Amino acid sequence: MSVVVLVEVEEGRASLVSRETLAFARSLGAGDLHAVVVGAAPEAVLADCREAGVAVLHEASDPALERYAAAAWAAVVEAAGRAARADLVVAPGTGRGNEVLAHVAARRGLRMAANVVAVESLSPLVVQRQVVGGAALERATVPSRVRLLSMAGHAVDPTPADTPGEARVQPLAVALDAKDLRAQVVRVERRERGDSSGLAAAKVVVGAGRGAGGPDGFAAVDALAQRLGGAVGVSRVVTSLGWRPHHEQVGQTGSRIAPDLYLACGISGSIQHWAGCASSRTIIAVNTDADAPMVTKADYAVIGDMHEVLPAVLEELG
Amino acid sequence: MTNVLVCVKRVPDPTGEVVLTADGLRVDGRFAGYTTSAHEEAAVALAVQVAEPSGGTVTVLSVGSEDSLEQVRAGIAVGATDGVLVEADADLLGPADVAEAVAQAVGARADAGTTYDLVLLGNDAADTGDFQVGVRLAYLLDRPVVAGVQTVAVEGDVATLHAEGPEGTEVYEVALPAVATVLEGGVAPKYPSVMGRMRAKKAEVERMTWSGTPGGSGREALSVPEAPPSQVTVLGEGPTAAPALVAVLRELKVVHA
Repeated sequence: MSVVVLVEVEEGRASLVSRETLAFARSLGAGDLHAVVVGAAPEAVLADCREAGVAVLHEASDPALERYAAAAWAAVVEAAGRAARADLVVAPGTGRGNEVLAHVAARRGLRMAANVVAVESLSPLVVQRQVVGGAALERATVPSRVRLLSMAGHAVDPTPADTPGEARVQPLAVALDAKDLRAQVVRVERRERGDSSGLAAAKVVVGAGRGAGGPDGFAAVDALAQRLGGAVGVSRVVTSLGWRPHHEQVGQTGSRIAPDLYLACGISGSIQHWAGCASSRTIIAVNTDADAPMVTKADYAVIGDMHEVLPAVLEELG
Repeated sequence: MTNVLVCVKRVPDPTGEVVLTADGLRVDGRFAGYTTSAHEEAAVALAVQVAEPSGGTVTVLSVGSEDSLEQVRAGIAVGATDGVLVEADADLLGPADVAEAVAQAVGARADAGTTYDLVLLGNDAADTGDFQVGVRLAYLLDRPVVAGVQTVAVEGDVATLHAEGPEGTEVYEVALPAVATVLEGGVAPKYPSVMGRMRAKKAEVERMTWSGTPGGSGREALSVPEAPPSQVTVLGEGPTAAPALVAVLRELKVVHA
C-alpha cells in the first residue's frame, strides 16, 4: 500500500500547499509516501520531500512537459501511481491540482473527492470535504479501487516527518499521446513582481473591501502591504466593481490564503470571503461597523474608517 | 459561426446562511434562495460574447429539477438563444453522472442537427465544489479541455483561452470543438433587460431525460461547523488606535526595520 502526492513547484521549492498535502498524506499512515514532480526537481524540492518523509520522488522530465498541459500531467501522475503501486493519489487543492486529478479520474474511470480536510477511515475510504465554499462539510465515501483526493488548502500544517525520508529520485518514463498535448499552454504573460502574485503563499496580506470606496482608495493599502513585505487581497465586490484585478480576490471564487497576518480593511466578512481567509493565523479587522462578521471573527479590531486608520498606521511605522 | 453550449446549475445562494434539510443531506435553499454559481454566470456572459458577433447560438443547459428552469431562463434573459433542461434529481447525481447526462444531451442535439463548437461550464459548482464535471465531459466527448478560463476568443476553428496560472496568465490555443471551464473575473456579469426577461419567459426550453444509472456522489451527511464565540480584542477607535495596532504588528514580528 502506498500513497502518491503530486508536488507543485513554486519559486524553486515545493509549494506551501504541496508541503501541506505531503504532511496530510503522511498522516494517513497508508504505507510508503511517494511524490511526483513534473520537470527536474530542484535541490530545495528534494529537501522539502526528504523533510516530509518521502521515500521515492518520481521525476518526469520529458521536454514535451515544459509547457503545462493538464492531460499530460495526468499521464505523469498515472505513471507514478503505477510505479508506486499506489492505491491513493493526493493532489494539492489548487486550480492545477484539482484539474490534473480530474483528468486522472476521467481517464481511469475513478472517483475523485475534492477539497478534503480529513480522512475518517481508509478502508472503506470515508472523507470529510469542504462544500459550499467551506461553509459546510460533507461526509462522503470514495468507493474506487484507486482513490483520488485533493486536499483543501491550509487544512493542515506542513509539519516535517519524525524521520526524514530518502526521497530517492526515480526517473519516470511517460508515454505521451498527441491528445495529451492538444490543450497546452502556448505562452505565459508573466505578472510583474509586487502585484500580489503569490497571494496564496504570502505571509502577510493586507485586504480591502467595499470600504476602500473606489479604485483610488487603495493607496494606503498598497503602501502598507509594501511596508510589511506582503500582498494585497480584496473581496469579491472589489473585483466585481472592477476596482482591482481578479487575481487579488480572496474567497470562495478567488484565492485561499493562510498568512501569519491578515489585515482586513473595510471588509464585512461574507461567508464567501471567510472561506478564503479562515486559515489566517492572526486576523486584524479595520471596520466602521463593530458588528461586521469580519470584526467579530477577528483576533483584533480597530473600529474606524480605513482611510483614517491606515495613514496613521503608516505614520506610526515610520 | 460559433455555437456555444453553457451548463448551469441551480444552487442555494452561497452568500446566505447555510441551513440544512431535516435529514442533513441537502442544503435547504428556501430561506437564502437559489441562484446560478458565479463561475457559470461568467460562462454565460463569455458564451454570448463569443457567439453573438459570429452569428452563432448560445444554448443554456441545466441538469436538475423543474425548478432549474429558473436558471435556464436567467441565461436566456442575458442573451442565450434557447435552453435545455435534463430532468433529474441533481442531489442524487455525482459529477460523473452529470457529465454523462450533459454528454448525452450534446449527442441528442447533434443527432437533431445542432452541434456545439464550444461547451462552457463553471470551474466548480458553488454548492458541491467537485472541480471535475467539465473535464469528465471533455473525455466523454473526446474534446480538448482547459480549466479555469477567464476569457475566450474564437477565430476560425481555434479558440484562444486565458487562464490564471502560478506565474501569470496562461494562454492556450485549442482546436474546436472544445470544452472549457470558466472562472469568474475575466468578463463583466450580464444583467437582464426588460426585453431579455420577456424573451426568456417565452423562450423554448427543450426537455430531456438522462437514461443512465446514477453512481451518486458518495455523500453520507452534511454538517455546518459551529462558529466559535467571538474573542476579538478591540484595540481602539479611529486613527488613535494606530499605536496599539502597530504594537500588535511588532508582536507578530511582521514589521521589518
